[in-house]
Amino acid sequence: MRKIWAIFEREIKSYFVSPIAYVVIALFLAVSAIFFYLILSSFVQRCFEVDMYAQQWRQMSPPMNLHEWVTRPFFGNVATIALMILPLITMKLYAEEKKTGTIELIQTSPITNIQTLIGKYAAAVVLYILMLVLTFFYMLFLFAFGNPEIGQIFSGYLGMFLIGGSYLAIGLLFSTFTDNQIVAAVTTIAVILIFWVIGWLSNFVDLGLGNMLNQLSLIEHLDDFEKGVIDTKNIVFYLSFIFMSLFFSYISIESARWRGSR
Amino acid sequence: MIEVENLTRYFGNIAAIEDVTFTVENGEILGFLGPNAAGKTTTMRILTCFLPASKGTARVANFDVFQNPLEVKKRIGYLPENPPLYAEMTVYSFLDFIAKIKGIDPRDRKQKINTAIEKAGLDDRINTIVKHLSKGYKQRLGIAQAIIHEPEVLILDEPTIGLDPKQIIEVRELIKGFEGKHTVILSTHILPEVSMTCQRVVIIDRGRVVAEDKPENLMAKLKGSEQITVVVGGPESQVIESLSKVQGVSQVTVIQKGADNKIAYSVDSSLHAEVTKELAKTIVKNGWDLYELKKAEMSLEEIFLRLTTQEEEVYN
Repeated sequence: MRKIWAIFEREIKSYFVSPIAYVVIALFLAVSAIFFYLILSSFVQRCFEVDMYAQQWRQMSPPMNLHEWVTRPFFGNVATIALMILPLITMKLYAEEKKTGTIELIQTSPITNIQTLIGKYAAAVVLYILMLVLTFFYMLFLFAFGNPEIGQIFSGYLGMFLIGGSYLAIGLLFSTFTDNQIVAAVTTIAVILIFWVIGWLSNFVDLGLGNMLNQLSLIEHLDDFEKGVIDTKNIVFYLSFIFMSLFFSYISIESARWRGSR
Repeated sequence: MIEVENLTRYFGNIAAIEDVTFTVENGEILGFLGPNAAGKTTTMRILTCFLPASKGTARVANFDVFQNPLEVKKRIGYLPENPPLYAEMTVYSFLDFIAKIKGIDPRDRKQKINTAIEKAGLDDRINTIVKHLSKGYKQRLGIAQAIIHEPEVLILDEPTIGLDPKQIIEVRELIKGFEGKHTVILSTHILPEVSMTCQRVVIIDRGRVVAEDKPENLMAKLKGSEQITVVVGGPESQVIESLSKVQGVSQVTVIQKGADNKIAYSVDSSLHAEVTKELAKTIVKNGWDLYELKKAEMSLEEIFLRLTTQEEEVYN
């Protein structure tokens, strides 16, 4: 446990002594802030329109659903931005160690590959959690000027956490395949995209297979969280997705020793 | 302490090492000598559990590297050829990290880090970022990293490479200081290093062990004949003639002709013939001038070249 912590600590520190953490967090916040602003502005505009319409026909203006109009699309956008940005966090985890040769140091130290893997993954997850926590400031606006439902926001964040965790696990896996960080990041993005759109295929194949493909899709399971529904089925999906990716990473690290590639 | 038996490792179809067998006693410093790409690094990587072997076994402190890698790793300090350092950390934080992953008790950590810093001579660079260290200091940090947990076995892959002469001497002294306390395997292609620091040498070439012995025995074993260099002032043909008549001398050849009739000869004699005395007598008796008379020592370089270029000769 102490060794896992040592790996974790080193990874976190290395994020923050290099520009990576700052650039990634800043970009993530900036882009999500732009989306939040646009979504909120169109919501406000829509409210005005509805009000005008109601006054014209001398009716009560109907209540507007903040969740339906603001938080739900916002979470959808965050998931997309994370898809582009999270691979930049994970790309270095193994690729850099392979390139600089420090992997030799780690693998000849009395620490198991599983401990290293967990430490590294945990560091990436914690950085991502920090990014998510910072976006909560946007939500404070909603609390200040409206009355959003805390439960739905919580469920949205839980969904963001799980889907981001899946991205990070895939990113970690692809970082073990190469000593080139760019290759690691690009393949990660491509593979995540495939898992996004895999559900569409279900329209073109027979029902049984289609259902299966649909269930494999990463966004398919996010929908419920965005709606505010926490379903164990979806949680189990993401957790097993993460587990599988980490398991394959472990296999990949072990097998690299046998192949003798550096 | 270290037992290596028939160790073989293939990369694809190419054998990087084949049937490598040797042992290292407790507290011994073993030189692992060979040209580049001879298989030194591969052997070391197998010993440190970084690579698995294709065939054969290796045991460190009676733990098999394949079955008990964690126990082996606990007992080994390893300095790879390029010291593996995290460029963005400071010297101290790097060693702190190493101490943690090597499982050093937190209560001893500070003291052990300081000892390692002191031994490796890094005192004045504690807060320097690794990226900004010179090659020599990086190498020292690599050594500090290897000795921090006071391992029973030290495996050093070309520890003096890239250092300046003064640093090389310091590192060699440091390694010599491990004698008796740590078991050391030291790989190098610099020969004087071996005769200076090691008690025993394993010479490896193209993946095979070609010789294993003490440095001085190796020299003796390879000497079929003794060579003596004589510089004499006198008529060439007469000198050759009378020197050839000395008992035990098999051949006299001219090496170099200098001014004032000074000529250097190389005299081949059978081993243990003790011809120097007779040579001197002969020269003086004839009234020639004797400027120089010395045994030509075969250096490790020559042994090494013989072993690695004319293997047949050695095996016969």
